[in-house]
Amino acid sequence: MRPDRHEIYGRRRSRNLGLGLVLLGLVLLTFAVTLVKLSEGAEQSPQAMPQATETRGAG
Amino acid sequence: MSDASWSQPATVHEAEFGDYVELLKPRVMRLVVFTAFVGLVCAPVAVHPVIAFAAVLCIAVGAGASGALNMWWDSDIDAVMRRTMGRPIPSGRVARDEALAVGVVLAVFSVVMLALFANLVAAGLLAFTIFFYAVVYSMWLKRATPQNIVIGGAAGALPPMIGWAVATGGVAAESVAMFALIFLWTPPHFWALALFRNDDYARAGVPMLPVTDGPRVTRNHILGYSLVLAAVAVAPAFSGIGGPVYLAGALVLNAIFVAGAWRLWRRDEAAAKADRFRVERRFFGFSILYLTLHFALLLAEAALRALDLAPAGWPVLF
Repeated sequence: MRPDRHEIYGRRRSRNLGLGLVLLGLVLLTFAVTLVKLSEGAEQSPQAMPQATETRGAG
Repeated sequence: MSDASWSQPATVHEAEFGDYVELLKPRVMRLVVFTAFVGLVCAPVAVHPVIAFAAVLCIAVGAGASGALNMWWDSDIDAVMRRTMGRPIPSGRVARDEALAVGVVLAVFSVVMLALFANLVAAGLLAFTIFFYAVVYSMWLKRATPQNIVIGGAAGALPPMIGWAVATGGVAAESVAMFALIFLWTPPHFWALALFRNDDYARAGVPMLPVTDGPRVTRNHILGYSLVLAAVAVAPAFSGIGGPVYLAGALVLNAIFVAGAWRLWRRDEAAAKADRFRVERRFFGFSILYLTLHFALLLAEAALRALDLAPAGWPVLF
């Protein structure tokens, strides 16, 4: 058996691949959540703006 | 230092990715994911699907982290119990220190991410759940008292409350009702298991009720808890998350559950050993289906409300 075909390399490959996929998933998830939170914030901001204008006007 | 003098068991190999996944108790995680999801969906506040997915994932990882910490702490007793000797640490696939590292890192990570993705109340409840399971149950109660799974059951009962908190940012009577359902379900579920795994627990020195007080007392307790559980399990029908579909399903499920507990109560050890605990095993198996179906019924009620098909005059008491 070639040294690089030893069982231990298979285990390491499985671990590295698994961890890589987990990290990739985490990046994509964080990105998706950020987009959702930004879009939710954008939806709320037009409601907040007239109030701010009125407050300034009242002063 | 040669491999043979390494402080970990000589049989510890480099772990595969799947060994780490196994540390997270994926079978327990399935029920956690489902109940947390139902808690989130039943809440009166809609959550964006991406946020909901991210939050349930955090809850699942947090539950997995507490599972890893439990395996780290209990590796000595896991090694002598038939049910658990194949777990990653006793079977030499993962070192104890690695399990501790995985548990701590995932616990901190899941709580921080849930706070960022959802809110601080949900994150606080998740942190409490992990602490309760890993420290209060695993490190303290499990080896100290036969009430271990009664009190420790609180950890398994919290996921729907966390799901609810993700949506609403708080706690309500409905989420407490879901908590109570799992909390009271846990003792009869685990005591049925302990009846037919009694030798395992006795050998490991875990003071489960059949070990400390004997099978007769355990059977009495299972029946008593099942009767209380039946009342608590039907109650959500008259809450904001219930309805006629839940009521009909819960009545049937609890009638079967109490009938099973009654059959189990009427047996003695001679009869149980004669058929290799057939009734106890069936009761244990049905208890998993029982809990899953209760939450499926709550999910069905949530779907009916979303479709405006819920009856208008249904009595909502809490």
